Amino acid sequence: MELTRRDALAALAAAGATVGGGALAGRFDPPRADAGGSGAAGSPSTATPTLSTDLLDLLDALAEVLYPSDVDGRRGFVEEYVLGRTEGRPEYRAGVREAAAQLDAVARDWEGNAYADLAAEDRDRTLRRLGVETADPDPEGPITDRIRFYLVEDLLFAFYASPAGGRLVGIENPIGHPGGIESYQRGPMERDPDDPTGGDSDG
Amino acid sequence: MADDGGVGDGLDRTPAAPADVCVVGSGPAGALVAHRLAARGADVVILEAGPRFEFSQRREQQERHIRPGMGDPWEMGGQRDEYSTGGRHYPLNAARVKGVGGSTLHWQGMVMRLHERDFEMATRYDVGEDWPLTYDDLRPYYAAAERELGVAGAIDNPYAPPRDDPFPLSAFPPSYSDSLFAEACERLGIDMHSVPNARNSEPYDGRASCQGYGTCRPVCPSGAKYTAESHVEKAESAGARVIDHAPVQRLEHDDEGDAVDAAVYATPDGTEHRQSAQRFVVACGGVENARLLLLSESEEYPDGLANSSGAVGRFFMDHLFAGAGGRLDERTRQNHVGFITSECHQFYDDEDPVEGLKLEFLNYAGPSPVIEALHAETWGDELLDQLRGSYGTHIAMGGLVEQLPDADNRVTLDPSRTDDHGNPVPHIEWSLSDRTERAIRRANEIQHAILEELDASIEWTVGPDATGPAYHQMGTTRMGADPGRSVVDADCRTHDLSNLWVVGSSVFPTGGAMNPTLTIAALSLRASESLADSL
Ligand SMILES: Cc1cc2nc3c(=O)[nH]c(=O)nc-3n(C[C@H](O)[C@H](O)[C@H](O)COP(=O)(O)OP(=O)(O)OC[C@H]3O[C@@H](n4cnc5c(N)ncnc54)[C@H](O)[C@@H]3O)c2cc1C
Ligand code: SF4
Repeated sequence: MELTRRDALAALAAAGATVGGGALAGRFDPPRADAGGSGAAGSPSTATPTLSTDLLDLLDALAEVLYPSDVDGRRGFVEEYVLGRTEGRPEYRAGVREAAAQLDAVARDWEGNAYADLAAEDRDRTLRRLGVETADPDPEGPITDRIRFYLVEDLLFAFYASPAGGRLVGIENPIGHPGGIESYQRGPMERDPDDPTGGDSDG
Repeated sequence: MADDGGVGDGLDRTPAAPADVCVVGSGPAGALVAHRLAARGADVVILEAGPRFEFSQRREQQERHIRPGMGDPWEMGGQRDEYSTGGRHYPLNAARVKGVGGSTLHWQGMVMRLHERDFEMATRYDVGEDWPLTYDDLRPYYAAAERELGVAGAIDNPYAPPRDDPFPLSAFPPSYSDSLFAEACERLGIDMHSVPNARNSEPYDGRASCQGYGTCRPVCPSGAKYTAESHVEKAESAGARVIDHAPVQRLEHDDEGDAVDAAVYATPDGTEHRQSAQRFVVACGGVENARLLLLSESEEYPDGLANSSGAVGRFFMDHLFAGAGGRLDERTRQNHVGFITSECHQFYDDEDPVEGLKLEFLNYAGPSPVIEALHAETWGDELLDQLRGSYGTHIAMGGLVEQLPDADNRVTLDPSRTDDHGNPVPHIEWSLSDRTERAIRRANEIQHAILEELDASIEWTVGPDATGPAYHQMGTTRMGADPGRSVVDADCRTHDLSNLWVVGSSVFPTGGAMNPTLTIAALSLRASESLADSL
């Protein structure tokens, strides 16, 4: 299945971000937290490790682990979602970046490579070894809980609150998505020949 | 720089000049009175314990609801909201919201009229207490309340009490899963009909139509669900002043104990202020109404203000939830929207048991995939498989059952615990009688019959053991004609003090089994007339 720009916009709408042209046109900054002292994660005086790759690379690499395997257009979805979503929420953005830097540091420690550069199965293993599967999402908790909150939950929320993610499960208007009041009245649709996994039409 | 009471927003929180009317609490009960009186030219001040939640934050609040770890979108809890319970646990802070708009910020928005019999349960069946007014007395106010709240409904319910006008908005069409229920119900001779919803099926009163976000309870980001913020805003446009973050600590009366002089409120910095007014309206919700009167005890009223009857705090009631659900071997299309579109009121007026009972056909049975995903302990293809296994074929019924008044179910003050301003917290003693449990079992019986007819595998039942309250706190300042047995009269004015009104479901002598807020609204509109006449 294909994730589209529309799905990212839907995810943004669900997340309450204001989707302005600027939000989607701009780049995430700073692309590398160690590029300078401008970001919360970038100050050498804090205990926060630095991020060795573009944040988007890390999030996309993580999304590859978190999302079902036959999803296309993932990078664009993540890019637009992350860019739009953290617009106007500087504290949240700092939290995402900090959690990403921590995950990256763990990867370098354990696997000897930047998280985004690991093989998918190593990325999956790193998360599980950290205990992220069973962690309580908590923006103020220990690092595992923060990775769960800012990275894992963020990406899963974006995906399953969008019509594309929902459709894979059989609901084209999932909770959080303003999909109107037609879909609840409709019955299950014929299976879409192009989409062997879905079953319901677009809302 | 204005004295903002320590809130930090620079808004003036010092008292207004002596007002015509001081309304305590800005839920629907208080907001409707404030709006009606301000619109008639009265000088109105509203004191609200909670904050004003900006509408622009609603989608972030929705995210807080969907995502674990982000806290309650309405910030309930902490020392401000402490309480204690006896008997069956009553989860008070899930059952109310403090903020401009009150508990309608969180509510579901189902709004139906009580039935004629609800006003005369003592006369008809020798249980409970008669109301000091009849359905016919309230009928025009019900119609006005439906216009104020913007109720979407249809006249297809053969069991509803008589009405003169259509609903202001057309009903939401039935859901796909309603159509699955319909076949089974038809075979059983059970009637389904629409549900009146305080939710825009089309734009109304400056608010958008429903967008299908699916999180009506607790947050509607589109504004389609009615909240009492509407009437607070209208009251403000008509000149009323709202002071938020201003919990009233007590009401103070004159030397004779005939009239209230002032409402003493505290701001977050701990400063107490006195707001004086000609008339006072207590509209703090079903528990805090009683608590404020009890906190306002004096030499003249040693058992609590306006409590010469001893009824303040007593006869606490809620509606009991009864439900059952399971799975079908076909898709049921749940969790697209967060409200229901069909009910059955056929058994409401039955005499065995006499307790009212209404049945609901849910549109949100089983888990929502997004919420389940966020709680899951895996990801990737394994998560997708898990979600596919759990979503898709759930089906469920809910229902409300009447609880008759019982003097031992009550709200008192708990002197062993104090809130953030040092006041004793509310203590709720609440239990179910055998007859309430029997009525719940009756609801389960009908629910099971329908699910069995549908060939559903029944996986759960909420009966007398698992039941919980529907979050409708009623009865603690009951209305009546006899000052020896009740707290307020049919106009919601206290028997004891000539310038004090109490509004909200605390005045209900009995509660029926219909969600209370349309009746709250109708009574507030009626009380506004007596208040206006008294000015
Ligand atoms: C989850 C949920 C779902 C619900 N669904 C429905 C439904 O579908 N249909 C229905 O009819 N009803 C429903 N209700 C009930 C409905 O919300 C209430 O009946 C209604 O809001 C009561 O109105 P009120 O104005 O009396 O009290 P509230 O709405 O509770 O407002 C009282 C206000 O007074 C303020 N206050 C309290 N004490 C003080 C004080 N000392 N000083 C100053 N201010 C004070 C509070 O902060 C609050 O803002 C639901 C409630 C909940 C919690
Ligand atoms: S489904 Fe509920 S939350 Fe969504 S727009 Fe309609 S009323 Fe609001």
